[in-house]
Amino acid sequence: MTDLLTPVLCENWGTEKSWKLSAYLLSGGFSAAKKALKLAPADVVGIVKDAGLRGRGGAGFPTGLKWSFVPQDNPNPKYLVVNADESEPGTCKDMPLLLASPHTLLEGIVISSYAINCHTAFVYVRGEVVHVARRLQAAVAELHEAGWLGKNIQGSGFDLDIVIHSGAGAYICGEETALLDSLEGRRGQPRLRPPFPAVAGLYASPTVINNVESISTVPSIIKNGAEWFAGMGTEKSNGFTFYSLSGHVKRPGQFEAPLGITFRQLLELSGGMRDSHELKFWTPGGSSTPILTPEHLDVPLDYEGMASVGSMLGTKAMQVFDETTSVVRTTLRWSEFYKHESCGKCTPCREGTWWLVQLLRRLEAGEGQEGDVDKLLAVTEDINGLSFCALAGGAVACVTSAVRHFRPEFELGYTTPAWESFPYERSAVFIKDRPDGQSEGGRV
Amino acid sequence: MSDIVASDLVTLTIDGIEVSVPKGTTIIRAAESIGIAIPRFCDHPLLDPRGSCRQCLVEIPDAGNGRGFPVPQTSCTMPVAPGMVVQTAASSEKAKRAQNGIMELLLINHPLDCPICDKGGECPLQNQALLAGRGESRFDAKKRRFPKPTSINGQLLLDRERCVLCARCTRFAQEIADDPYIALVERGALQQVGRVGEGPLRSYYLGNVVQICPVGAFTAKSYRFESRPFDLVSTDTTCEHCASGCSLRVDRRHGTVRRRLAGNNPSVNEEWNCDKGRFCFVYGRGADRLTHPLIRENGSLRPASWPEALAAAAAGLSKAEKSVGVLTGGRLTTENAYAYSKFARAVLGTNSIDFRSRPFSVEETDFLAAEVAGKEVGVSYGDLENASQVVLVGIEPEDESPMILLRLIKAVRKRGLKVVLVDFINTYGSKKLKARWIQCRPGEEAKALAQVELDEKSVILVGERAALSAGTLSAVAKLSAEAGASWAWIPRRAGDFGAVQAGCLPNVLPGGRPVTQSAARVDVAAAWEVDSLPGEIGLDAAAILAAAAEGDLAALVTAGIDPRDFADSHIARAALEQAFVVSLEPRLSQAASLADVVLPVALIEEQSGSFLNWEGRQSVVNQVVKGSVPSDLRVLSALADELGSPLGLKDAAAAAAELGELGVWEGSRAALSAVGEKQPGEGLILGSWRELFDAGSGADGEESLQTESFYPTAVMNPKTAAGHGFENGDRLVVSGPRGSITVPLLVYPDIVEDVIWASFNARGLPSHGEIGVVIGEPVNVGKEEAKV
Repeated sequence: MTDLLTPVLCENWGTEKSWKLSAYLLSGGFSAAKKALKLAPADVVGIVKDAGLRGRGGAGFPTGLKWSFVPQDNPNPKYLVVNADESEPGTCKDMPLLLASPHTLLEGIVISSYAINCHTAFVYVRGEVVHVARRLQAAVAELHEAGWLGKNIQGSGFDLDIVIHSGAGAYICGEETALLDSLEGRRGQPRLRPPFPAVAGLYASPTVINNVESISTVPSIIKNGAEWFAGMGTEKSNGFTFYSLSGHVKRPGQFEAPLGITFRQLLELSGGMRDSHELKFWTPGGSSTPILTPEHLDVPLDYEGMASVGSMLGTKAMQVFDETTSVVRTTLRWSEFYKHESCGKCTPCREGTWWLVQLLRRLEAGEGQEGDVDKLLAVTEDINGLSFCALAGGAVACVTSAVRHFRPEFELGYTTPAWESFPYERSAVFIKDRPDGQSEGGRV
Repeated sequence: MSDIVASDLVTLTIDGIEVSVPKGTTIIRAAESIGIAIPRFCDHPLLDPRGSCRQCLVEIPDAGNGRGFPVPQTSCTMPVAPGMVVQTAASSEKAKRAQNGIMELLLINHPLDCPICDKGGECPLQNQALLAGRGESRFDAKKRRFPKPTSINGQLLLDRERCVLCARCTRFAQEIADDPYIALVERGALQQVGRVGEGPLRSYYLGNVVQICPVGAFTAKSYRFESRPFDLVSTDTTCEHCASGCSLRVDRRHGTVRRRLAGNNPSVNEEWNCDKGRFCFVYGRGADRLTHPLIRENGSLRPASWPEALAAAAAGLSKAEKSVGVLTGGRLTTENAYAYSKFARAVLGTNSIDFRSRPFSVEETDFLAAEVAGKEVGVSYGDLENASQVVLVGIEPEDESPMILLRLIKAVRKRGLKVVLVDFINTYGSKKLKARWIQCRPGEEAKALAQVELDEKSVILVGERAALSAGTLSAVAKLSAEAGASWAWIPRRAGDFGAVQAGCLPNVLPGGRPVTQSAARVDVAAAWEVDSLPGEIGLDAAAILAAAAEGDLAALVTAGIDPRDFADSHIARAALEQAFVVSLEPRLSQAASLADVVLPVALIEEQSGSFLNWEGRQSVVNQVVKGSVPSDLRVLSALADELGSPLGLKDAAAAAAELGELGVWEGSRAALSAVGEKQPGEGLILGSWRELFDAGSGADGEESLQTESFYPTAVMNPKTAAGHGFENGDRLVVSGPRGSITVPLLVYPDIVEDVIWASFNARGLPSHGEIGVVIGEPVNVGKEEAKV
């Protein structure tokens, strides 16, 4: 089974103080950067293009292609911004990577910056994870001391500084243009496009924005070559990636495997569902991707496979739910998240999430009225595709997919509270035994 | 549109109709051009596209490249493309559905308080909900609530739960006025317009947000619950508060003006105005409003009938023979100014007439006669936008012509216009223009101006206070002529430019005709059907007042003047006390209360006529409400009849026609002689100007604008302050030969050394004239003695 795994990014996570530069160098760190600095920048872009690396933040846009959009004749400075605003419910791949091996990302930044002629790169770190930001800052300081950052890096003539910037705690800042606004010191709200960031992004200058995992993957591609990378994965989804499993599985965590692996295989790797329970539904890539059911266990987990069943690969964060779970409750929790995180800029997202939550609340409480499920779907239709950015699309995907697969359960909400149909303590992952011999958990 | 060449046009199809529009036009504008209205909230033609309300969604089955968009797109952000096919709700079910959906969502959190909302009846949300909404809401859950209303400044109230978060107001504040005191704060459904930044909300423009708010979120205190839109009768007219010439829409109900809105005039004020123009219209409603004539008897004024008052006025003026001066202020329409000009010459037989109720110079008198009277202004608002650079000399546009500032902000923002500031201070207002500041002390403007490189597309704007800086006005004319640049003189008051053209100056007749040229006099005398006109240059305002105060001038006819405004208010008062004064005023002003005969005249809102703004553009003043007293022109006619030499002006239209027929003088004029500079005095020099919200009587009755944001101050450079031992916030006594004012000190880096800016005419404080100093002169400054 374990030969399904391809530990590349996580290979050094088990080493002593893996986050230190010394440890990283011992495990072969920065050999890729050394190699890249000897190549022409355009060649570095070419290798990443040939490798077929696609953005790991969810959208799957080819990374090398994105880099080639940067107009090199633009007189303004070019910027690389790394999106480390990992906030999607269920998603937990970038933070472990940054904690365990921040230098993997930083080496990737050195190479990528060199490729796009950028001399100041930014890492926008989610505001809530102060420990990650500190680790990154310490790592950047180490690199300055070691001559891997600053002027004339390793005698190559290439200058680079990296700024670690903490957000203030807003999901929307994971949207790349909202991230740029936030980085510039404004309220994070998505910007009107065009102009696209590649032309006028940060400080109205050409900017490339990539996910942590995408940039962290770059050193391995440079080191091992495009063919090596393209040899993994499926035809259109090359390489390996992190799959993050959470929920009702025996061993939740990160699994680094080639694209195209199936959920059935991942489930086996994680030890399967908790004992005497069975799978009810799961998300392929965080709560913004339409949920799937046991019938999708054998669909390849790549961009095309997920699209073929009406979902998305997203951030490859599998939230796994067994038969004890109320899908109404789960959907409500996700919707509450989106309502809280809607930036408020556009009408459908701002008002629509406000309404969805109220409809779902009464379905959860068994106080739904005849027709509420249709109304729920009607509201999602008024939101879907009509919003300013993709946040609202994610906010309705969980609702529409849940109703599609489990409509009767929503209709049960006309008469019966979800906590009666699905006693919440039964789906609690961590059961706390009480002194009176009873156990509690769940319903908060 | 006429200067758009065909190759710049893009042809597309909207709802099956082919239309060609300039490249870069958005779909929503292209649709408007063929009469297709797409509902919208955040879209505003003068604001940057935002695409956030999503109301204007349309279907685009073909983007011009053969491929369509899978989902509806916002027509307010999408530029047209050749061959594009657009379907609005009129022809596309998908677009209609999308628009209906957005409308329903917009309404779920909007309160149903239309019956008590000021906007009800003229509300874009209400109108478009009827157009694009469903009859009944499916929303039966909880609405978002906020305490209501919150107060933003003296006038603005914000009902947050009515807000649809279109950000028109915040974009206006940022993009148009550059007064970023409001912004969207918080997020999600709790997002709201909030006050941002520290310190006082110092904006002259925020009243505009009431007008552009597409719902009733922003309302004005002065109009709140005052009227329903359908009970109002609207009149298009022109603002009387400054020389910007803003078009207004004035709404009245039951014969009383309830509110004023900025008129839509793309070539002047676009769709904006300032808060003074918007809110200051109740000055005629105080207890001092005159409805009948007054006559001085035993030292005090008593009511009199019109025949009695006219007889008394005529008797006094006859007795004075030609020892009469005429002083007209800035409130007069061009037609009224013309009536005074004609009355002075044809009836009283004097050239001693002057509209300048402020400090001025002989250089300015010559400059106005040589360069302004009867001449075309070479600059328009549009030229400001297209200039290579705009040089500001002795003018603070934000205070002196707020619309000029808005145009300049627009040009700086949209096309990086270069602005050069030749002045002693770089204010917050000037900083909005990112101006290059050429520093000079008051009085040294001419020398500083010589440092500016001018080209043919340069524009110089010179303000009224340049008159007090010797050599500046002549330098403006000379330097711009040499470089082929354009310039404009920006007077402060609405009637000033018209007064120059009408001949309310001692040295020119109407149309710029020099009084000293017999051919010019013959022209006018023939038109006026009089035998001859006086041929000597008359006394200017300062000389008239001085002579009257000394008893050398027997009588005065005054209109729209205030002793506070003159260079020496004490002399002005002495003159009004000494001479036989006939005062024509709508209100019992300070000048009127010193007069011997007071003849009431109509307010601007009660009469018709026109103003000429700084561009020389004629803008129409229409009668808004019916008054009980006649206009200046009618009263002067009656007085002329009483004096036995009829004025021959039936009404304003007749005056306008006569002035138009006279035309402008095309003969020679006295050349403007170069005037040498005067060395500024030693010590602390006073620099100042008339602020927009000062003690001017035009703002009387509108207390809302007299807020703590506009408190009087003195401003000094840190070094100068330290040199005198002053600190920020110290209460300073600024004194001249005749008095002093006590104001707090603001230490500000961007003012030249050894100059003190002090409020000129602040409410509740003596004016510069009462202190007895004019700008460019030294003042004494000390700390206020601690009160025991």
